[in-house]
Amino acid sequence: MAFFRNSSPLVAAGVAARRTAKDLRLGEAGTICCLEDPEMALKLLEMGCVPGVQVRLSGRAPLGDPLMLVLGDQEYTLSVRASEAATILLKE
Amino acid sequence: MAAIESNPATAESLAPLAGPATSPRPLRIALIGNPNSGKTSLFNQLTGLNQKVGNFPGVTVDRKSGFAQLTPVQQAEIVDLPGTYSLYPKSLDEKVITDLLYDRAAGNYPDFVVVTVDANNLRRSLLLFTQLGDLGLPAVLALNMMDVAERHGIRIDLPALERELGVPIIPMNARKGIGVAALKIVMAQRLDAAPERFWEPDETLLPLVRQIRYYFDLHNDYLALHYAQQYRHIGFLSADDKAYLQELTHKYEFDATARQAAETIARYGRINEILLETVTVTRTETREPISNRIDKVLTHRIGGYLIFLSILFLLFQAIFAWAQYPMDWIDQGISSLSATIQDNFDGPLVRLLTEGVLAGLGGVLIFIPQIALLFGFLAVLEETGYMARVTFLMDKLMRPFGLSGKSVVPMISGLACAVPAIMGARTIESWKDRMITIFVTPLMSCSARIPVYTVLVALVVPDQAAWGIFNLRGVTLMGLYLLGLFSALGSAWALKIVLKARERSYFIMEFPVYQWPRWKNVGLTIYQKVQAFVMQAGKVIVAISVLLWVLATYGPGQQQETAEAQVRQQVATQGWNEEEASRRVASARLENSFAGSFGRALEPAIRPLGYDWKIGIALLTSFAAREVFVGTISTIYSVGQDADMGTLQDKLRAEKDENGQPFFTSARAFSLLVFYVFAMQCMSTLAVTYRETKSWKWPTAQLVYMTGLAYAAAFVVYQVLA
Repeated sequence: MAFFRNSSPLVAAGVAARRTAKDLRLGEAGTICCLEDPEMALKLLEMGCVPGVQVRLSGRAPLGDPLMLVLGDQEYTLSVRASEAATILLKE
Repeated sequence: MAAIESNPATAESLAPLAGPATSPRPLRIALIGNPNSGKTSLFNQLTGLNQKVGNFPGVTVDRKSGFAQLTPVQQAEIVDLPGTYSLYPKSLDEKVITDLLYDRAAGNYPDFVVVTVDANNLRRSLLLFTQLGDLGLPAVLALNMMDVAERHGIRIDLPALERELGVPIIPMNARKGIGVAALKIVMAQRLDAAPERFWEPDETLLPLVRQIRYYFDLHNDYLALHYAQQYRHIGFLSADDKAYLQELTHKYEFDATARQAAETIARYGRINEILLETVTVTRTETREPISNRIDKVLTHRIGGYLIFLSILFLLFQAIFAWAQYPMDWIDQGISSLSATIQDNFDGPLVRLLTEGVLAGLGGVLIFIPQIALLFGFLAVLEETGYMARVTFLMDKLMRPFGLSGKSVVPMISGLACAVPAIMGARTIESWKDRMITIFVTPLMSCSARIPVYTVLVALVVPDQAAWGIFNLRGVTLMGLYLLGLFSALGSAWALKIVLKARERSYFIMEFPVYQWPRWKNVGLTIYQKVQAFVMQAGKVIVAISVLLWVLATYGPGQQQETAEAQVRQQVATQGWNEEEASRRVASARLENSFAGSFGRALEPAIRPLGYDWKIGIALLTSFAAREVFVGTISTIYSVGQDADMGTLQDKLRAEKDENGQPFFTSARAFSLLVFYVFAMQCMSTLAVTYRETKSWKWPTAQLVYMTGLAYAAAFVVYQVLA
């Protein structure tokens, strides 16, 4: 299951400077590489956070959390908590 | 295989279609789709006013169903299912769908499904569609918001997509009703062929899947796989069946999470292939969509909260100021009707009618303007998509209290009524968040408290301006609501420490695109809520009012007569005038009635709060439903009084204590107000909490906690103010 990373072993295997959707700057976009947390991944996948899809950080709630992520080509907006966005790994 | 498997379905669906005259039952069609895909609009378009809200068997999720006239001679029953993103339910709301679609033998299994799909969101919407197809369900695809998609440069080759999916596709705009006629024509045809197969369990899963399939005699592999995946949550499986499935999945080392993820990825792969063939996107606009630009304002760091607060303020303004006019008309209408009847007729039955039935009925009808406004307001917020933004704004604020942003919607709905609000908490996936939300929602001041608040506030707070723009009464009411809110938050915080979390909480949610509310949907919501209130709460209130009138008019043995004789003697010696004499007689009779005896028995317990036996009666009767309080006091204070006395306000003002001073002092009124802010005076809430938590522990805890809180707070208020 390449899309899915069971945290420790693979991370330790050498993805040192990994970037997640949480690290995006406002307005910046990235491409989903894989989803880290198996439980969360199921929900994210159903909502369209599929590896290869582009995500753009379009806003933050006034207190910095949750985040507003636009998926694909302006297709739709998801609201996720920062902790959840941190499970979405981005391609380099 | 698809063709063979759909044969039984063909045979079944042929029978009812043989002819409308001979058909044993109409077609049964389920509406299913993603949240915000226009499902509700389509449902309203298909059924109009011809719909009813019931419950799904065994659970309290609203089951909306209605009849659609497909052709002049053919009707179909339409069931509106909760919005979902997949057939793997995350919340209890979504579980209703699998319970319905897993059991082909069940009486309410649909003949086919209409899948609503947002044309702007094809990829994600088709995920659910392909799952339904693989279950072997015949389907029609209602491709909604086609016109919007076209404006966004999305071009869909419909014939090609129909071929790829193997089902009829009806392009439509459900909001405007475009395409509904075409959909009805297709629905009236016999739909027996299931769509194409999109995904099949791979070979490593087949031994497990086949074993389940033959054991349960299922019609396809994919359904068997779903059994393996979610047997724990399937309502109709017996404990033995579940044990068997547990053993099997264990034996084959079935990893449900990884497998489901693999399936979803594979489905998206297939969907991408299909879309590549059938959809071309030429972006015409580079600007951000309007919805995103609105979000910049409505979820702004400071502005967002200010706007939310203003909206709440407008809501209170509507409920308390605007609703006042129709409420006054109803109040005066009832009392003049009652006076007219009393002037022209006399006798115990007439008094039962005016002092019992009409007084109680007035207590019900007077609610209607406020309930209509409140539910209308909430419906508009929901319809426009603003409610989702509220959860987004509030999530971080709510988390320290053990709640999530999703708790805000039940809590705001709790301002209308805790019963639907507690049911609304089903959308919260996390068990702990959900329990806390359910527990604290009844502390939010619901509309049933409005009449109690209104009557008592008007009695002791002067109708004058405060700080220029506000009305003092309005400010007091707002204070009561805030008291409810803060007690809810405080209780949530305490509960967060007590409860141990079993699972993590999610907050992944789609933002619906902003849109104008569909007034038809808003109107229907208001109509249904008001109707439910009048029919359900109303029946109870009127029944209690009548019972109360009897209890307040008649007494045990000769007690009333003895008391009356004593008073008459006093009248003779004191030389009271006629009016004062009859007031004293009526009061003595009431005190010695059945109701008076109950109130008296309760009096020692409530005296520290400043209440007498009359309020004691009202507390007892409003135990089942707090709105009964006003009905009760209006009945109690009507007994023996002139009908010309007019409105309830006048009756309460006229009430004197033993020293001849007005009974309703500020201390008494505020003590009562605070009591009603906290007290769990609602049977329906307790019943719904029981049903939602499936345990008596929760409603019992709610009852004890809230009553205790109410007693303590009322005690403090009375002792301080008196």
